[in-house]
Amino acid sequence: MTVKLTVLSAVGSLVWGTLLAGMRVSPVPLMRGFGTAYVNIVRNIPLTVIIVFNSLGLADIFGVTLGASDFKVQGFRLAVLGFIAYTSAFVCEAVRSGVNTVPLGQAEAARAIGLSFSQTLRLVVLPQAFRSVIGPLANVLIALTKNTTVAAAIGVAEAAYLMKTMIENEAQTLLIGAVFAFGFVVLTLPTGLIFGWLSKRLAVKR
Amino acid sequence: MTSVLYDAPGPRAKRRNVLLSVVFVALLALLVWWIWRTMDDKGQLKWSLWQPFTTSEAWTTYLLPGLGNTLKAAALAMVIALPLGAFFGISRMSDHRWVRVPAGVVVEFFRSIPVLLLMLFANEFYARSTNVTTEDRPLYAVVTGLVLYNASVLAEIVRAGILALPKGQTEAAYAIGLRKGQTMTSILLPQAVTAMLPAIVSQLVVIVKDTALGGVMIGYTELLNARSTFAANYADVIQSFIGVAVIFVVVNFLLTSFASWLERRLRRSKRSTGTVLGVENVDDINAGEVGGAPAAEGGKTAI
Repeated sequence: MTVKLTVLSAVGSLVWGTLLAGMRVSPVPLMRGFGTAYVNIVRNIPLTVIIVFNSLGLADIFGVTLGASDFKVQGFRLAVLGFIAYTSAFVCEAVRSGVNTVPLGQAEAARAIGLSFSQTLRLVVLPQAFRSVIGPLANVLIALTKNTTVAAAIGVAEAAYLMKTMIENEAQTLLIGAVFAFGFVVLTLPTGLIFGWLSKRLAVKR
Repeated sequence: MTSVLYDAPGPRAKRRNVLLSVVFVALLALLVWWIWRTMDDKGQLKWSLWQPFTTSEAWTTYLLPGLGNTLKAAALAMVIALPLGAFFGISRMSDHRWVRVPAGVVVEFFRSIPVLLLMLFANEFYARSTNVTTEDRPLYAVVTGLVLYNASVLAEIVRAGILALPKGQTEAAYAIGLRKGQTMTSILLPQAVTAMLPAIVSQLVVIVKDTALGGVMIGYTELLNARSTFAANYADVIQSFIGVAVIFVVVNFLLTSFASWLERRLRRSKRSTGTVLGVENVDDINAGEVGGAPAAEGGKTAI
């Protein structure tokens, strides 16, 4: 469950985060303003508040069920929505800093051959930016893996929720804690190593 | 910096920008209108639901004590985690392998476990193995979880702060005959602490946000937990969430602004080596860069 939550939220926030980053560097001042406001507000709200709001506010009061009939499926989808909203703010910042690392000459050359803003961004700048932000994005992914435990607050049966119920019903507190802790080490360590290797391999050689 | 991506707008580009702005505003307005109408449909816009925020009773009974508890847990966690973090950070740079390796293992281990698991575990541990009273237990558990996690993050911050200092500082200290301990306490640490200040302040933001976990999962009466009693009393779920979110944003925004002000100030000052551990570095350390020292590479941002 933890892995499923992580993967779905990661894909969603990558898309939305990149869009936000595009807005933040766009020539239209209003879009820049919206992007900045979104990132600054969402980053400062605890993830727990967002997740619990999705459950108590969106679902119970507004009746947003995201097409789910079953309470468990609904909780899962709401949690994914919350993670996407939260994580994309961090993805946006990572991608934007990546855009800033692309040498000026690249964008200037793209403009000189007559590419428009969206062409410059899509064809020249973003491909290079993405390769240089693999490291930071891996960090976002690792943090997301750890953050999925917050979904336990609305009863999604992921690692923290299971641990809470197990720890309350079984006698070997220490053992159960150690097993779950070890599980997370196993999940996050390889992610860091693989992405570290990838970022070295794919780095733009200059 | 980013303006290099597009030319200074000419007449056509200006028209196009205006057009795009209009479209964007229309979309935003549509979204706002839709939210507004849904809220209206569900009767969430009635003044009586928002009115509690104007009464002093709502603030003194629910919100302020909640905020107080949030800040109390955050402050306690910070105060306990700082010396622990400094200890582990320095041990990790020790010349002796039997000190360095265990410290590294402890730091990496606690950095890769979610805070929530640590809190839940601490809660259960206190309940079974100690005689901490039931009222105190949530606070103990929250602070323990936060301390374990943040001590390891701070350890990395301390290590990064010391490593970021110019090498000449250590060499000069050795040259005038100081011992390793003396070099650390009278040359490296004083400089590293100033360099780390912005990083430490922005770590506070993370701590403040994480206290909210304790409110939901183990019943610590912080701001988010106070919100539910507040909402139960006034029957305004949506409004209470918005209010609490605004409070969190204000508190954290103040902390972030303070951190970047400190950072700018330290970068400007002429008396130091100009080494500053910025806000971005903290984010990377939090996410858990596996292996390798988090070097001072600017412009990176994660969680």
